[in-house]
Amino acid sequence: MYHKEKSIQIKSSASALYNNLSVLRIAPRSLTYFAVVHANVVNMVSASWDGLNYSHRQLQSKEGSVATSSSLIMQAAWCVLPSRELLVLTSQRGIQMYESDGSIMVYWHALDSPETPTAQAVFTRGIAAVREKYICVGISSGSVLVFDVPSKGSNITLSEVLEEHKESITDMASECSGSLECIADLVSADDSGLLCVWKSGEDFQLLNKIPGFDMSCSSVKLWKGTVVAGYGTGQIRLYEAVTGILHAEINAHARWIYSLDIAPFTGLLLSAAEDSLVRVWHLTMTPETNNVEIEHLYNECVTDTQICGAKFCDGDGYAFAVTGYDLTEIIRYTQG
Amino acid sequence: MSDIISTMFNKPFMEELLRPQDIYSHRAMRTLLTRIAHASIMRLNPASMDKLYDLMIMAFKYQVQLCPRPRDLLLVTLNHIDTIKSFVRHNPRLSNQIDEAQRQLIEMYKPLTDGEFHLIRQTLLIFLQDMHVRVSVFLREKLQNANGHFVLSTSGPVPQGSDVPGLIRLFNNQGKEVKRCEFPSGGTYTSPVREGSFDMAGDRVTRLGTNMYSESAENTQTSGSPKFKQNSQADTTPNPLAKEELNLLAKLMGGMEVQDSPSGNSAFRVNLFTTDQEEEEAGTASETHGMFSVINIQATKDHRANSELARIAGEFTDHEENSDAPSSKGDHLLSLMDDL
Repeated sequence: MYHKEKSIQIKSSASALYNNLSVLRIAPRSLTYFAVVHANVVNMVSASWDGLNYSHRQLQSKEGSVATSSSLIMQAAWCVLPSRELLVLTSQRGIQMYESDGSIMVYWHALDSPETPTAQAVFTRGIAAVREKYICVGISSGSVLVFDVPSKGSNITLSEVLEEHKESITDMASECSGSLECIADLVSADDSGLLCVWKSGEDFQLLNKIPGFDMSCSSVKLWKGTVVAGYGTGQIRLYEAVTGILHAEINAHARWIYSLDIAPFTGLLLSAAEDSLVRVWHLTMTPETNNVEIEHLYNECVTDTQICGAKFCDGDGYAFAVTGYDLTEIIRYTQG
Repeated sequence: MSDIISTMFNKPFMEELLRPQDIYSHRAMRTLLTRIAHASIMRLNPASMDKLYDLMIMAFKYQVQLCPRPRDLLLVTLNHIDTIKSFVRHNPRLSNQIDEAQRQLIEMYKPLTDGEFHLIRQTLLIFLQDMHVRVSVFLREKLQNANGHFVLSTSGPVPQGSDVPGLIRLFNNQGKEVKRCEFPSGGTYTSPVREGSFDMAGDRVTRLGTNMYSESAENTQTSGSPKFKQNSQADTTPNPLAKEELNLLAKLMGGMEVQDSPSGNSAFRVNLFTTDQEEEEAGTASETHGMFSVINIQATKDHRANSELARIAGEFTDHEENSDAPSSKGDHLLSLMDDL
């Protein structure tokens, strides 16, 4: 179904962090941006669609006035809003937002770090762009910060703090089908496997809480009102977001799942884990019967690699890219 | 052996280790391990110490990376402790010391959640990133590839708490299973084996953390030219707190009985190379890329290899000069430890 393409080399290897690959497709310029985290640095590559031009940039974690920082970056992701795209970095010290090419830092939010280290780790993780103007970021305490983002400029403000989770936030996802009919806008996941479903607005509204079974949910997506959650046990579960009804349970991987992605136009699902496998699935929804089905389509084994990031490069799922711990390349696959 | 174990498990040292803190840099870790090694009558020159460090790091990386579940890190640690206990079982004072340390470790780590263990594992993996030194026993046992990356098998038992991949179950709105299908897993997996014990004594089940030489009688060598650390950004940025940590550690360790430069008879020198001459040549190379900017060119038979070594040493020296503070920090720290 897919064949391997030429890999893109990156300046330093990928760290073993959840969802450690972000992709931004810039159609007007025939470019795709990739971002991969290495400790306290984000490796950014801009690849032209004709495969001829690659340019690299490394973004160091900057905290306030400190030029470089040793604090680890937990996640880097592009947030696509109708008016602008921002690159968001979540680290042990706080949240940084940059223009999409990483050239200018637009906003910095410091986390309340304790003076001396505590047994409980402090960090930020989990990034999602919601509806027209919100960027949501998770914290190790379980809180979710909601930022209000203007259509341009740096006047970003903290709008709300959502307190439902008791364990560290692992990942967050917004409804990606583009449909305005969906009630649920955002799902947040944490280390206990708890999933919270939200509706955005001046005040975010909690629609549902889907309990975990004390098993960390490391990656989550929301598509056409269905939550797709990947767990440390290697299981993937499909829930109806608003009601919490379990539609499907898949024994998908033999090790901890690190990344999930959905191609919104076709319903293709990508899952990747420490077991070296990337799997492609197909989701079908029958809204009349409220039926959700999933079938397995394809496996790709990235030999001797603990995969830490896997993303589709386009909305149809025609191509996908993969990163692995200790690998200094982004491996790409294309249909055909 | 008793000297080393006694140093590693003494009460103030353990308390310092168990205090919440950021992970050490490679430089700090190497210094610490050198100090521990020299708590005994063992003496290693810098080249052999480098090799020992690489070996320890790669063995540890293997154990961390291959852990099927993050919680297995604790089982690996318990395996280490079980073995150490067996070395000193005839020494009641040391046995008690280790028992106490083990109790503290179990008390601290057993209650952690899988998510918390995984954060520990991820942090350790970041520390161990980009180390690809080839270890002969791993290569021989086909656990490591020629490029230094470890072999990750797609067969064998799945971890405790996981299911064998390959099954999709679909449910209706009432929660009733309505369809079941299978898919090819791409591997040959089996059900999990029994859970290991997290108690003071018991079958840990996992082999990770047990003696990796138990089946091989040969010496282990790390192959390839001396490994010069990659320019990892996380490594070169000075952490202001680290110096304080290390000073405290140095004080704690200095409090232990330490053998000063021993007389020729009582010391034994550990050489991790095949011949003394090799060790000496490697030692010269190490010195040139240490904290000094002078490049010593040692006359050897192979002129080409020698100039290659000098070139690499030169590159490394430039790297040292460009980074902000590590050189001076290292200097100060080492002299501090020498004073003790």
